[in-house]
Amino acid sequence: MQRLLKSADVTGWLLAAPLVLVLAVFLILPVVMIAVVSFWQATEFSIVPAFSFENYEFLFGSAVTYDVFWNTFRYALITWALTLGVGFTVAYFLAFHVRTLTWQIALALICTVPFWTSNVIRMISWIPFLGRNGIANSTLLSMGVIDQPLEWLLFSDFSVILAFVHINTIFMVIPILNTMMRIDRSLIEAARDAGASGAQILWNVIIPLTKPGIMIGTIFVLTLVMGDFVTVRFMSGSQSANVGRLISNDVGLLQYPSASATAVVLLVTVLMVVGLLLRLVDIRKEL
Amino acid sequence: MEPRPRSFYVLATFFGLYVLFLYGPTITIGILSFQGPGGGLTFPMQGVSLNWFHELFETQAVGDIWGSFRRSFALGLMVMVTTIVVSVMGGLAFRKRFRGSAVLFYLVITALVIPSILISLGVGLVFTQAGVPIHWATSGFGAQLTWTLPFGLLVMFAVFNRFNPAYEEAARDQGASAWQVVRHVVLPIIAPSLMGVALFGFTLSYDEFARMLLTSGSYNTLPLEIYGMTTNVTTPVIFALGTLTTAFSFVVIAAFLVSVWVMNRRRARHGSDAGKAV
Repeated sequence: MQRLLKSADVTGWLLAAPLVLVLAVFLILPVVMIAVVSFWQATEFSIVPAFSFENYEFLFGSAVTYDVFWNTFRYALITWALTLGVGFTVAYFLAFHVRTLTWQIALALICTVPFWTSNVIRMISWIPFLGRNGIANSTLLSMGVIDQPLEWLLFSDFSVILAFVHINTIFMVIPILNTMMRIDRSLIEAARDAGASGAQILWNVIIPLTKPGIMIGTIFVLTLVMGDFVTVRFMSGSQSANVGRLISNDVGLLQYPSASATAVVLLVTVLMVVGLLLRLVDIRKEL
Repeated sequence: MEPRPRSFYVLATFFGLYVLFLYGPTITIGILSFQGPGGGLTFPMQGVSLNWFHELFETQAVGDIWGSFRRSFALGLMVMVTTIVVSVMGGLAFRKRFRGSAVLFYLVITALVIPSILISLGVGLVFTQAGVPIHWATSGFGAQLTWTLPFGLLVMFAVFNRFNPAYEEAARDQGASAWQVVRHVVLPIIAPSLMGVALFGFTLSYDEFARMLLTSGSYNTLPLEIYGMTTNVTTPVIFALGTLTTAFSFVVIAAFLVSVWVMNRRRARHGSDAGKAV
């Protein structure tokens, strides 16, 4: 008994037991349930256990599915490129141009605080900005840049991407900053002594060393955007769709089996993307 | 100090614009929530008043806001405490490799990357099929943990990656038991980071929308209530609510940050507490 308790395996599992319990009941079981229900059939009011490929046949047979998946990838890629550009620049400024640790922490906190506030409210906040009579339109009108209000500012792909970038850039900033802070400054000095220009240092020293942070940020941004349904619903004014909305629409109509089938395909897609990215970075080492 | 290069000013401007982009909308609705009684959802301001805040407090026409706030607050505390305890235990577990730890790690990563609608849908289905009523404090609570626990664990991984095991070894050499080492050495050292875990636990829960959609049952939490309002409320009262909630979030964040700061200060002042442990 004593020996048993001392074994690393037993203590490990005992300590991890609450975690395992939560994940088993609220992650594994629900995913299994979704997989099972995706083979069920639905009547108007209830769902009926069955083993039918009907939901998948319908899903893969419909042109809408491919459009919606393509749209989801498009949102994810555009948002990824923008958050990476903005996030890298912000992190680079904080890591290499802000000179004291206190200021670095303070400025990083300023970037992080909105992450701890409500996303729904941050989306609502764009309305007075982008609306037909919003700040953006009235400013552009008074400057004479346009003669009539731009209609595509709100409830469009533009506003969806804007909200995605607004909410998710922090997921790029923090991991990239974290990796940049650990770059040995003498490497940069060495590069400079060897005659490298600023651009060369950035391209040949800093970016390669920052790759793990970029990868972690990429995982966050891609999965959050691919799995989203609230931002698209809200910011597109129900005019665009992504996979998440497809699922939530089916849920709204109580079509749980078909929602589950779509959910299974979405999950497989997301896990494939993450699996691919995880081959390029060892997350645990990089924290 | 060497003079700042020109790139500093370019980047500083970029950073400033980013912060403006980050806070601009929030500040805008902050201003618009003081819109006069005749004003609408956009500028110009038709006077300045507290009208919309009054309306929030007075009528119940806008739904059960205060009930949903109480539920969100209670749930936030529940999730916070659970996240701290489970993350610390999990963090301790992962310090040593044990059989199956890699699988468990990938499970945690899965919880982090899984689309939130899957958790919402799956947990909802499990509860209804098992005949257990859906309630924010049971199904909703669990659904939120799948999001807060990975964050808590990531913080713990970061903490223990930097943890100097010499302190524990010293304590063990002095004859401390395993529990004493945790209680008197490890926990005091990681305490400020636990405030970080607590902050994640509370705020992520308090603001969670997607995971609660199908798991909260007949009583709404605050984000669900606000989301419902967006479809049927067309007055600045929704901005007033948004401003109040954001202000509350700021107070919570500030409270956490200040307590971390105080903790670090006190530790710096007191220095070592060697020999004071039992």
